[in-house]
Amino acid sequence: MSIKVNNLTFKYMVGTPFEKTALDNVSFEIKDGEFIGLIGHTGSGKSTLIQHLNGLLKPTSGEIYIDDECITAKGVDLKRIRQLVGLVFQYPEHQLFEETVFKDVSYGPKNLGLDEEEIESRVKWALSIVGIDYDKYKDVSPFDLSGGQKRRVAIAGVLAMQPKVLILDEPTAGLDPKGRDEILQNIKNLHKKSKMTIILVSHSMDDVAELADKLIVMYRGKNIIQGTPKEVFRNVETLESIGLAVPQVKYLVQSLNKKGFNLNEDIITVSEAKDAILKALRREKK
Amino acid sequence: MENMVEINNVFYGYKKHDQAEEFLALRGVNLKVKIGEFLVVIGHNGSGKSTLSKHINAIYLPKEGEVIVNGMNTKDISKLWDIRQSAGMVFQNPDNQIVATIVEEDVAFGPENMGVEPKEIRKRVESALKAVRMEEYSKHAPHLLSGGQKQRVAIAGILAMKPKCIILDEPTAMLDPSGRKEVIETIKKLNKEEGITIILITHFMEEAVDADRVVVMDDGKIVAEGTPREVFSKVELLKKLGLDVPQVTELAYELKKSGLNIRQDIITIDELVEELCQLR
Repeated sequence: MSIKVNNLTFKYMVGTPFEKTALDNVSFEIKDGEFIGLIGHTGSGKSTLIQHLNGLLKPTSGEIYIDDECITAKGVDLKRIRQLVGLVFQYPEHQLFEETVFKDVSYGPKNLGLDEEEIESRVKWALSIVGIDYDKYKDVSPFDLSGGQKRRVAIAGVLAMQPKVLILDEPTAGLDPKGRDEILQNIKNLHKKSKMTIILVSHSMDDVAELADKLIVMYRGKNIIQGTPKEVFRNVETLESIGLAVPQVKYLVQSLNKKGFNLNEDIITVSEAKDAILKALRREKK
Repeated sequence: MENMVEINNVFYGYKKHDQAEEFLALRGVNLKVKIGEFLVVIGHNGSGKSTLSKHINAIYLPKEGEVIVNGMNTKDISKLWDIRQSAGMVFQNPDNQIVATIVEEDVAFGPENMGVEPKEIRKRVESALKAVRMEEYSKHAPHLLSGGQKQRVAIAGILAMKPKCIILDEPTAMLDPSGRKEVIETIKKLNKEEGITIILITHFMEEAVDADRVVVMDDGKIVAEGTPREVFSKVELLKKLGLDVPQVTELAYELKKSGLNIRQDIITIDELVEELCQLR
């Protein structure tokens, strides 16, 4: 599904001394099936923005279109919108509540009034996406799982609603490198297989450099930069000045080029850097 | 006495609910942390890092073995408050550690509970906030601060109790890149300038690069230790344990695997640049 945001503004506590503009005239478009990385410092408006995309927050002004439907208009069936746009909050494992993994993941589909068979097949599908073995874990209490597993079960609960757009707010915060890689790999595979539109909110520049088709950079409630990761990470100084960074290999490439290497400045991942360095050294040997 | 912390053959286990068998979180840990040392502990979730750190200020007591902090055995209940004052802890989520509605009151909470004189409290609060570069915010409300700022206030709250050692359990896990940098720089400064012993638990390998020593935990045991350079050169072991290495170390490892003749113990950008320049 495509998403279009037009001149979105959101103010907290309007008319009080605490009035604050959390989103300031934000406009952008996301195409069907795109993988978007949403980055920005703490308090830049990322979480406020994504809560608008499934109607949890109502804008002060501006519109949001999901496909061609305006979800900010009056009288919109928000229940249906929230089914289409699945939102995984920060620390989603805090929302686990059922006695077994099966019951927890099936809670959403059950509330949709689906039949038993459909519910079971959705739970199986959702757990397979996040790499949790259905037969082994369906009757286990979610509270007996490891931190990374809990989080994946919580994500499966949103997936079981079969949304067309999946938004994840810092899904890897607090996980160890292995847990982080597993979740990111799950999301990557899901995107490849299902062509779901995905928005990943992240503080890890390395992760979004690897995964996203496009990045949106938020700063003080505005989306100040957008483009492919390569385009966005060209703005090293701007990104640093707003509390972000660029992947470590990007700094390496800059230093090497100062020493006379002639590497592509747009390198942002370890594997790209490896290929470019090997090529450059071999070319010189000849 | 040259050790701030001595952990001697410590075992610790607990029962997970509805399981009969005890889960052994620590299986014979030996570790000595020198006064003034900057030690980083890494390991995957569930490897025993946090359980170990909670032994250092007597939140947990060992089932077997002993923990000596600043010369005091944590089993000696009469020393409990002295131990906790010597070794302060900072946790992952800044929101769970802030108790007051004004920054300076929050920092004063510790010394107030210790019965420190009001005049002295004021002095300590001022110097603690200065040490973490938050003095401008002393009258602010903590909930309006950024994550990095809140975490620095939490550190100031510990500093006001004049600890000899600070244990930080993933203090940057919830922060954005600049918040992470602020906190790490603050920790390094406290170590260098104030001589405070630092024990930092982290999943961000870049944060370990400047440590004096890195300890790797797995399955309740210490499986590797050494300088950051020694530890990170074991790329394969770390990957097997589900851990990371800094991006440049990974790149150097990949380049070496592809046949380049470079050192395997590279941990900074400058080192890799230097190595690659020599190959030309």
